[in-house]
Amino acid sequence: MGNTAATTLNKKSWTSYIGEYAAFIALVLLVVVISIISPEFRTAGNFLNLLRQATFNGLIAFGMTCVILSDGIDLSVGSTLALSAVICAELIMKGCPAILAMLVALVAGTLLGAVSGLLVTKGRLQPFIATLVTMTAYRGLAMIITDGKPISRLADNIASSGNEFAFKLVGKGNFCGIPIPAILLIFALVVFFFVLNKTTFGRKVYATGSNAKCAKLVGVNITKTKIIVYAISGFMSALTGLILISRLDSAQPTLGDGYELDAIAAVALGGTSMSGGRGKITGTIAGVLIIAVLNNGMNLLEVSTYYQDVIKAVVILVAVLSDRKR
Amino acid sequence: MNIEMKGINKAFGSNQVLKNAGFVLKDGEVHALMGENGAGKSTLMKILTGVYTRDAGTVLVDGKEVVYKTPQEAEKAGIVFIYQELNVLFDLTVEENLFMGKEITKKFGICDRKAMRRKAQEVMDKMGVNIPINAVMSDLSVGQQQMVEICKALMVDAKVLIMDEPTAALTQSETEGLFKLIKSLREKGVSIVYISHRMEEIFELCDRITVLRDGTYVGTEYIKDINMDDIVRMMIGREIGERFPKREGVKIGKEMLRVEGLTKEKTFENVSFSVKAGEVLGVSGLMGAGRTEIMQAIFGNLPFESGKVFIEGNEVKIRNARDAIKAGIGFITEDRKTEGLLLEKSISDNISLANLGKISSKSVISGSKEKELANKGITEFRIKCFGPDHECGNLSGGNQQKVVFAKWVYTDPKILILDEPTRGVDIGAKKEIYSVINDLAAKGVAVIMVSSELPEVLGMSDRIMVVREGHITGIIDAAEADQEKVMTLATGGTL
Repeated sequence: MGNTAATTLNKKSWTSYIGEYAAFIALVLLVVVISIISPEFRTAGNFLNLLRQATFNGLIAFGMTCVILSDGIDLSVGSTLALSAVICAELIMKGCPAILAMLVALVAGTLLGAVSGLLVTKGRLQPFIATLVTMTAYRGLAMIITDGKPISRLADNIASSGNEFAFKLVGKGNFCGIPIPAILLIFALVVFFFVLNKTTFGRKVYATGSNAKCAKLVGVNITKTKIIVYAISGFMSALTGLILISRLDSAQPTLGDGYELDAIAAVALGGTSMSGGRGKITGTIAGVLIIAVLNNGMNLLEVSTYYQDVIKAVVILVAVLSDRKR
Repeated sequence: MNIEMKGINKAFGSNQVLKNAGFVLKDGEVHALMGENGAGKSTLMKILTGVYTRDAGTVLVDGKEVVYKTPQEAEKAGIVFIYQELNVLFDLTVEENLFMGKEITKKFGICDRKAMRRKAQEVMDKMGVNIPINAVMSDLSVGQQQMVEICKALMVDAKVLIMDEPTAALTQSETEGLFKLIKSLREKGVSIVYISHRMEEIFELCDRITVLRDGTYVGTEYIKDINMDDIVRMMIGREIGERFPKREGVKIGKEMLRVEGLTKEKTFENVSFSVKAGEVLGVSGLMGAGRTEIMQAIFGNLPFESGKVFIEGNEVKIRNARDAIKAGIGFITEDRKTEGLLLEKSISDNISLANLGKISSKSVISGSKEKELANKGITEFRIKCFGPDHECGNLSGGNQQKVVFAKWVYTDPKILILDEPTRGVDIGAKKEIYSVINDLAAKGVAVIMVSSELPEVLGMSDRIMVVREGHITGIIDAAEADQEKVMTLATGGTL
């Protein structure tokens, strides 16, 4: 085909650079505009607050990015969050040391994610269906364990002070004035960036999503890669669950409802292709921050919640459309 | 219909794809359009049919200047383009595909299936193709899908048919059917533009030939006045020398791969052969004879029921591609676009993926080693590109194939299986690929080359294995082989 070599010459034009950093440019514009309108927004305290709010969606969206890059999707993140949080809370109420209970919850989350991965690979279910199944099942299990009721006053039930400190630290702690959840978010960002860009596993994730047939023929274990990716997503959901129950000091089976949608929105805003193979974790963090800034800013500006959703939808639509033009 | 294209210019961004290109198509002729990949053949045709707009130049149809804004407009005027890439809806039936967008309807837009079925059958019969019209496209072979594409073009009353590599995926008999059809269309006054890399076809089928080089018109000749070397000279602007470079200083060594009694029900049966170090084993046969399946089975990508595989004398159990690579087998598949490359990824990414072990330690990738390997591939295989970050989807067919070769060669395979290694590759790049194959053999790699192009098999192999309907019908020394012997074995005759 004669024309294909031709199109490459304009490959690195300025428009493609804008495309590459569209999410960041949008983020900066948003911050500037809201800062001008709302003096409250531009305080240091609010920025820390905003960062903490971004943590929940951010951690989940990182896992979601990996899943989507591998040409999958994980609808079960919210339910996985709830189920592992409830497991942790139940263990604490039964007298299990909090640190151990939290570790068990993280392992549980990882395994719950791996189950989705198994359904996708060994069960040959489409990711959407597979995680729709686990999403429904996990939510149900969380309800069964708690009998549908919240488990409250967790910290009071922790016997040793060391364990109590650890439990509170995760959600409420500070280090040099920075909330621990925000530190976790930044740490996770660094780890995900490294894994996706600098390790062989990262390459396999991209290759799987880009062209699984081709990747398989050069020896990439597609099944293993996909299972790990869903397990990572499960782990991140569980971690988010722990931060949430630490902050709330209670665990409800309805936790994390609808979180999958915010996470997917953040990934899409960040320019990751929904059919896998293309995307960046830095895009995702920009997407997460855009959503957080919008939420925070609109609350400060006292925009009615009904309008908030519509405005969010418009922002997502515009961002994704402008990304497609590249 | 007479078409005259003159002084056509076209640029994509800063890249001038066509400069002063053109050609003249006469009523009722088969006109070959040739040139290396990237010479601008498809672009010129896409300008004619309104896929692209021209920057300069004139297009005269029957003496009147025209500009078709869309392919639909061109189609209405009777100019139909059959693209190289299949343009079919895989989940629909043959009939639904044939009438997509031009369904015959009764009152209130209700489809008249009876009339459509009748007309579809008519066209299929006229073409001599035997494909059930209610079959679902995805159940058909690629060759059959291609035939449906051609039938689809004939549903419209085409006065000019443009075919871009129509035989690339057709079997021998399907090709013959197509040629018969093209000839009968010519008699009816239909003009045909025939784009192909296969010289043999051009000489069998075409009346005149126009050659493009680097987007520029080179010349038009009557086929009967020129020979193959003339065409090649026009295409590349220089002598190409031997079509198949000689392999020098190759010692055929010990046996590297032996296959015994490989069997998969309904696909292949009792397949036994061996390849030695430094040897090129050509594998010939008709499309669908089971050649590709045998190779996929050896590589662990297709499970089989019985049979043994030995590498350097030791039996190996290969259950997947990973096992095969560990055992020292490399596999360049026939379908570069869906199996060979990550098209949306860079050259560097593609070479790296097959060589992750080489460029990393403890699973962490070394950026410098990765760059080094990619640059080595670009230089050694003379890949025409902007650098390691060049996206593979934007490379020409020949250069894409070089990337595939690079990625496999750096895995240091002992045995390399090539399935149609030069399909869709222009003459210049073909020769470079032949040289690569020779170099590999010289290094002691055992090469298995599956190819549907007989001259290539005859020119490149030490021995030729012929497969027919899943059975090996003969393995002959290249010195004793000729086109006729191979075709006899491939079609079920005996020597």
